[in-house]
Amino acid sequence: MIPAAFEYYRPKDMAGVLSVLVEHGDDARVLAGGHSLIPMMKLRMAEVPHLIDLQDVEGLRGISVDGNTVRIGAMTTQNEIINDDQLVAAAPIMREAALQIADPQVRYMGTVGGNVANGDPGNDMPGLMQCLDATFHLVGPDGEREVAARDFYEAAYMTDRDDDEVLTAVSFSSTVGGYAYEKQKRKIGDYATAAAAVLLVKDGDTCTSASIAMTNLSDTPIYSEAAGAALVGTSLDDAAVSAAIDAMLGDIDPTQDNRGPIEFKRHAASTILRRAITNAWSRT
Amino acid sequence: MNKELSREERTDALGGMGCKRKRVEDARFTQGKGNYVDDIKLPGMLHGDFVRSPYAHARVVSINTDAAMALDGVIAVLTAADLAPLGLHWMPTLAGDKQMVLADGKVLFQGQEVAFVVAKDRYIAADAVELVEVEYEELPVLTDPFAALESDVVLREDLDPTADGAHGPRKHHNHIFTWEVGEKDATEQVLDEADVVAEEMVYYHRTHPCPLETCGCVASMDKVNGKLTLHGTFQAPHAIRTVVSLISGIEEHNIRVISPDIGGGFGNKVGAYPGYVCSVVASIVTGVPVKWVEDRMENLMTTAFARDYWMKGKISATKEGKITGLWCHTTADHGGFDACADPTKFPAGFMNICTGSYDIPTAYLAVDGVYTNKAPGGVSYRCSFRVTEAAYFIERMIEVLAIELNMDAAELRRINFIRKDQFPYQSALGWEYDSGDYHTAWDKALKAVDYDGLRAEQAQRVEDFKAGKTRKLMGIGLTHFTEIVGAGPVKNCDILGLGMFDSCEIRIHPTGSAIARLGTISQGQGHATTFAQILATEIGLPADSITIEEGDTDTAPYGLGTYGSRSTPVAGAATAMAGRKIRAKAQMIAAYLLEVHDDDVEFDVDRFVVKGAPEKFKTMKEIAFAAYNQAIPGIEPGLEAVSYYDPPNMTYPFGAYICVMDIDVDTGETDIRRFYALDDCGTRINPMIIEGQVHGGLTEALAVALGQEIAYDDMGNVKTGTLMDFFLPTAWEVPNYETDHTVTPSPHHPIGAKGVGESPHVGGVPCFSNAVNDAFRAFGLRHTHMPHDHWRIWKTANDLGLHG
Repeated sequence: MIPAAFEYYRPKDMAGVLSVLVEHGDDARVLAGGHSLIPMMKLRMAEVPHLIDLQDVEGLRGISVDGNTVRIGAMTTQNEIINDDQLVAAAPIMREAALQIADPQVRYMGTVGGNVANGDPGNDMPGLMQCLDATFHLVGPDGEREVAARDFYEAAYMTDRDDDEVLTAVSFSSTVGGYAYEKQKRKIGDYATAAAAVLLVKDGDTCTSASIAMTNLSDTPIYSEAAGAALVGTSLDDAAVSAAIDAMLGDIDPTQDNRGPIEFKRHAASTILRRAITNAWSRT
Repeated sequence: MNKELSREERTDALGGMGCKRKRVEDARFTQGKGNYVDDIKLPGMLHGDFVRSPYAHARVVSINTDAAMALDGVIAVLTAADLAPLGLHWMPTLAGDKQMVLADGKVLFQGQEVAFVVAKDRYIAADAVELVEVEYEELPVLTDPFAALESDVVLREDLDPTADGAHGPRKHHNHIFTWEVGEKDATEQVLDEADVVAEEMVYYHRTHPCPLETCGCVASMDKVNGKLTLHGTFQAPHAIRTVVSLISGIEEHNIRVISPDIGGGFGNKVGAYPGYVCSVVASIVTGVPVKWVEDRMENLMTTAFARDYWMKGKISATKEGKITGLWCHTTADHGGFDACADPTKFPAGFMNICTGSYDIPTAYLAVDGVYTNKAPGGVSYRCSFRVTEAAYFIERMIEVLAIELNMDAAELRRINFIRKDQFPYQSALGWEYDSGDYHTAWDKALKAVDYDGLRAEQAQRVEDFKAGKTRKLMGIGLTHFTEIVGAGPVKNCDILGLGMFDSCEIRIHPTGSAIARLGTISQGQGHATTFAQILATEIGLPADSITIEEGDTDTAPYGLGTYGSRSTPVAGAATAMAGRKIRAKAQMIAAYLLEVHDDDVEFDVDRFVVKGAPEKFKTMKEIAFAAYNQAIPGIEPGLEAVSYYDPPNMTYPFGAYICVMDIDVDTGETDIRRFYALDDCGTRINPMIIEGQVHGGLTEALAVALGQEIAYDDMGNVKTGTLMDFFLPTAWEVPNYETDHTVTPSPHHPIGAKGVGESPHVGGVPCFSNAVNDAFRAFGLRHTHMPHDHWRIWKTANDLGLHG
């Protein structure tokens, strides 16, 4: 668990970051909280000859709630998400999910930006961002651009981000209605066996809006549009919930690993989603 | 001032046996001031790292070290070819086999040591490892011991297939030994004639002790005076010194082995590893100290595993439930080399304690050891030698028999316990249980948890489940275990020919404080605290005035080390006996000072008093000073003693555990609602330390039962080589334990103590597992294998049709 040698950079501004990225291409990587990248480097599964530490770069940290728009800087830690009262009021699902990521020590270091940009299907924030229909803000040598979270993920560790781009922030609209983030894991610190992010809006007895995303059940997070659609217009009777679960099962594609075989994961995903829907509906 | 204190106050002031003395070690541990092997930095020290095999079975065609040697800062790259002229490319194992230090033509498990790089710093060493080019030719891989015994593939080509192994004849080229205990024919006859026979294959999966600190050493050869100093994570420093001497040819007086603070052992640090040999050789070759410390993956993948026993069992009983016989055949997967750490005459350890707490008149046990393409080891992970396997086996067989008899498992245990009046009890498989009172413990435990109430609640839960009102089942795990610890009597227990006694040497200083040195070594057990308490009570000096020192072979008396819960039963006894020698001399000094006959003074807490005249006394502090400043006729100056204690028998701690668990049949998640643990470890030296040991042992039991395993794929790749996948529970996964006790002192131990460090692990594993199995009993389950992680529990439910 000894990493190969690397050059360490600690620029003060984004221009400094981009100049190293442009110069070294995919030989350079940015470092946020380090809880994914550093273990990979120590296992020598990721070779990063040029490591750019973002911690001194201005303007990448902090949470703002402006009207209905929430913006979270990439270097904001999970711990800051948990303890930000404005954010809890604007999107309580963020706190609920962040509390289920790893353990307090990791959450003091782990960041939103690292979690969403790394493209690890086990990370919780990508699915959550898809559920929230978040926008990712990227900056590169050609300037800034925005990408929808639902369009960002291509495959495990493969995203729409170019090698010379940096993810600087995520933004989304504050939520209304019920929410739930349910996660099954083997132990504290583990990735999900199955996790579900659910947002529901109720008018009278009827569900008027539903957004559902699943974590660690494919090589990318899965936003299941069909699962949400199965709930809209219903009063979340058993048939509707079962239809949503069936729709979700049509969208996920889990693989066998130490957490269990595919059949188990599909069953766990169904159970977790059912719980999340029930929980979210009870909070509407 | 002492005159004014009552007897109770004087007793309390000593901090002796029975008090909750705080651990003296913790001041440095909690402040980060411990001194572990990796903290040791010697001038000019080099760093070693291994090139390891990516294959589980392969021929090593060639090794090219040129590129590695060309890297700036690399001092040497050792291969088997370099060690062969010294005869050090292989080393003897504790089990009478031999093991490659560095790959000699082939590799037998993934992660096997192939070459040893020595460099100026740890980073250069790791870079150089990547530059060593090894060409392999893959061979067929055997990961299943049953398949290995049928296969034409020869794993150990170095062994003559027709010659006997260390433990007798070998049946097949991948077979290591057969060990038989008990009466085969008589047992089979009992089974044939029995009213009821329950049969089950009980697999105890491969796991790993995973101490927080991994294994490592710093070897330092002083070429000027010919002395080798070896700091290391050794649970048995004196035995390591002897082994190093035998392997290297360096005379034993020229070897100093030091175990500094050790961050947990649990059996993982008993044996000798290639890293130690390579570090010693590298230091001899380079003339400077060489450090080797393995990383977490190396620890999990290559240093000693535990368990991996396939235990086929049959148990017979009368219709009324009285057990008549027990039969067990175990297929033991030992990996590529037989490196089990067991006493020489016990190739399957004390597996023959598998009749457990029960009066079973006839029994038979056979164990076949098998080579496979897995890492060597087979140590006792927080248990005496293979006792966890034995306890798990019998406690599962009892549950299966209860199902066969349609009986309550608590009642079945009760009617078969060895009765209090049967001790000392001769077991059918050869042990003499020293003492026990199982019925008292069992009844106390059942009452404490309201057992009948729990069963009623469980029955209601089953009804609710069937009616669709809940998706959670409730399991009640029962276990009554009997441990066998304190190895052991020299007449039948040795390791590499070294008798398993232990030792204590005491020096009382003139001002009435003391140092005691022991042949054991604490890895977190709190020896510096508890042994001082034993001595405080024995010699009447305050525990706070007694230093306990272990782990330096130049200063400590010879002993066999700390594992198998042997420290208190053996070294604790030596401590008490040495203390009594001190007291005997102190009595003579006191009598002289008080001008009475030796027989006219008696020991009273912290002093000798004149019989019938308690106002006439000499405190132990005064006596200590007199020993150094007065010429006493007929008595040598000084106050010292040493004891080498050869125990007359093992001790047999026992306990009654009950676990209440809720199980989600859809996710396979478990929720331990309650865990009650009653331990009887005989005389209790420090209740706080006992409680800590019980908490730790139960937590490691929870780990093993609910998910911790070393798993391999068919290619022999380790699937659980990091802590992402190897389950190490945190406070979050652990329930609040309720601890309780009874006290049945050992009749043959000087202070009646039996050892406790491993009991909770031995009893805990079957208790957690029985809870899982019990939850599904109403739905027709007889037995399901550990580890009971989420997907396996889900599969059990699924196979029983509980998912609709």
